[in-house]
Amino acid sequence: MGQIICDHLSKIWNPDSADANLAIDEVSFTVHPGEFLVIIGPSGCGKSTLLSMMAGLDMPTSGAMIHNGEPITGPSTDRSMIFQQASLFPWLSVLDNVAFGLDLQGISKQERTERAKQYLQQVGLLKSATRYPHQLSGGMQQRACIARALCLGTDVLLMDEPFAALDVQTRHQMQKFLLELWEGTNKTVVFVTHHIDEAVYLADRVLILTANPGRVLEMIPIEMERPRDMMSKGFEYHRNLFVEHLRSEVVRAFEEQELAEMLDTRV
Amino acid sequence: MTTKMPPPASRPVRSAAPAPGRQAARTRWAKNAAQSVMWWCISLGLFIGIWELITVLGWTNTIILPPPHEFFAEIANQDQFLAPRIGVERTGGNFVLLTAIVATLKRVLIGLVMGFVAALGVGGLACYFDLFGKLTLPVITLLAPIAPIAWIPFAIMAFGIGDSAAIFVVFIGIFFLLTLATVNAIRNVNQLYINTARVLGASRRQVMFKVILPAIIPDLFFILRINFFAAWMAVLAAEMVGVNTGLGAIVMVGRQMFNAKLMFLGMAVIGLVGYLLDVVFRQLQNRVLWWKGASQL
Repeated sequence: MGQIICDHLSKIWNPDSADANLAIDEVSFTVHPGEFLVIIGPSGCGKSTLLSMMAGLDMPTSGAMIHNGEPITGPSTDRSMIFQQASLFPWLSVLDNVAFGLDLQGISKQERTERAKQYLQQVGLLKSATRYPHQLSGGMQQRACIARALCLGTDVLLMDEPFAALDVQTRHQMQKFLLELWEGTNKTVVFVTHHIDEAVYLADRVLILTANPGRVLEMIPIEMERPRDMMSKGFEYHRNLFVEHLRSEVVRAFEEQELAEMLDTRV
Repeated sequence: MTTKMPPPASRPVRSAAPAPGRQAARTRWAKNAAQSVMWWCISLGLFIGIWELITVLGWTNTIILPPPHEFFAEIANQDQFLAPRIGVERTGGNFVLLTAIVATLKRVLIGLVMGFVAALGVGGLACYFDLFGKLTLPVITLLAPIAPIAWIPFAIMAFGIGDSAAIFVVFIGIFFLLTLATVNAIRNVNQLYINTARVLGASRRQVMFKVILPAIIPDLFFILRINFFAAWMAVLAAEMVGVNTGLGAIVMVGRQMFNAKLMFLGMAVIGLVGYLLDVVFRQLQNRVLWWKGASQL
């Protein structure tokens, strides 16, 4: 259940043109069933690209991805993606949004309403079922997106900086909410962020990527009891560990970027 | 023009306001409405008043420029329109002006609906089947700038005088533009919606019908509303130069009979009906596209 193996994945954007760009370089790792894996890295490290390849929305230039023993060749309802921007369809009610995936499968209206309501209750949105997305707050919208993904019985949740657009308080509430939801299920979560505290708060293991191109820098397990106290010694220790690891990367990426810009302006 | 679907903004949720708040809002609305009506009346009254005054002062030739009260009185004098027998087709009832309005409206609406459906179909196919798009879009792009009015001579030659010629002019006048607009709108659909649907297991066909189609309807409706005026004018022009029935024909008959009263009555009705149709369109848009804020329409 919910195992994904990434084997020597590479992604080159515009491979045949002059501005070919190596985004991901020979990345290999395994997502264990039921674990909470966080992928962290400086901006431009291709973490979103990696995630969308795992979702099947983009294909790697080389390498293989295996989900529960099956190669990933396209999107599948076994893996669902939560995007940074809330992606509810504005023309559908919250209930119809959550039931959208079931509708695609041709499930009867009665059954999909029942199932959608069950998941709306799980994310605490049952009262808002008949509302429209623009009437919900950002956090509520993301919760509806999560309900929509869970509704399909998906066993892997791929989350691409899902809380980055939320304000700080809502963000922390959503992190707690997500952990509670995850602990009550056996779902696998792959969560992309650039936020160190978020990674330490959530993850079983953290995959650190380098920037330009994205390579695996380190895979670090976090063995702390949940819920984690952001003020504790252990939290502090991990925070510093990641800051150290990322600093050198960020500095390198930053210098490269500056250099590139300098060269650009000269040309 | 809103061509991009905005991300659903986290607008404050409108809660059930306490009674005093709602009362105040209603009072404010009534006040605004009353003011708006007042300015309409003043503006219109001033216009008609000055016109009448000029007539009373004898500054104009009342045969060429009759005062409003004279040509509005013509409504009661229906036989006038029938005198030449070519002004309007009598399709039933005694109220000839209404017959003309119905004739014109029927042409515009049939043409619009046909054009809208055909443009949606062809535009959708052009995006769905790449080859079909490559074969048709260049021609459509070249035909689009031809003004609807320029199609009138051909329409009359091909369809003769009557409804079909007028409907054809409306259809052809909006079809090419609306097809291009459809293609453009489809290409501008937020990729996030498409990716979301794909992740949820949508096939290509399901993406087209369940995501792209609803996503582009607001844009198309807006463009349809703009093009409605082009269609409206094309039909009136067609009625003047050859179709010989309907509101446009009434104005033309007025000129031929040197009956300025009839001419101006026709023009006033054209203005009024056109305005009312736009109001109806806007209401329809608000109802059908409830999920878009009024500011985005």
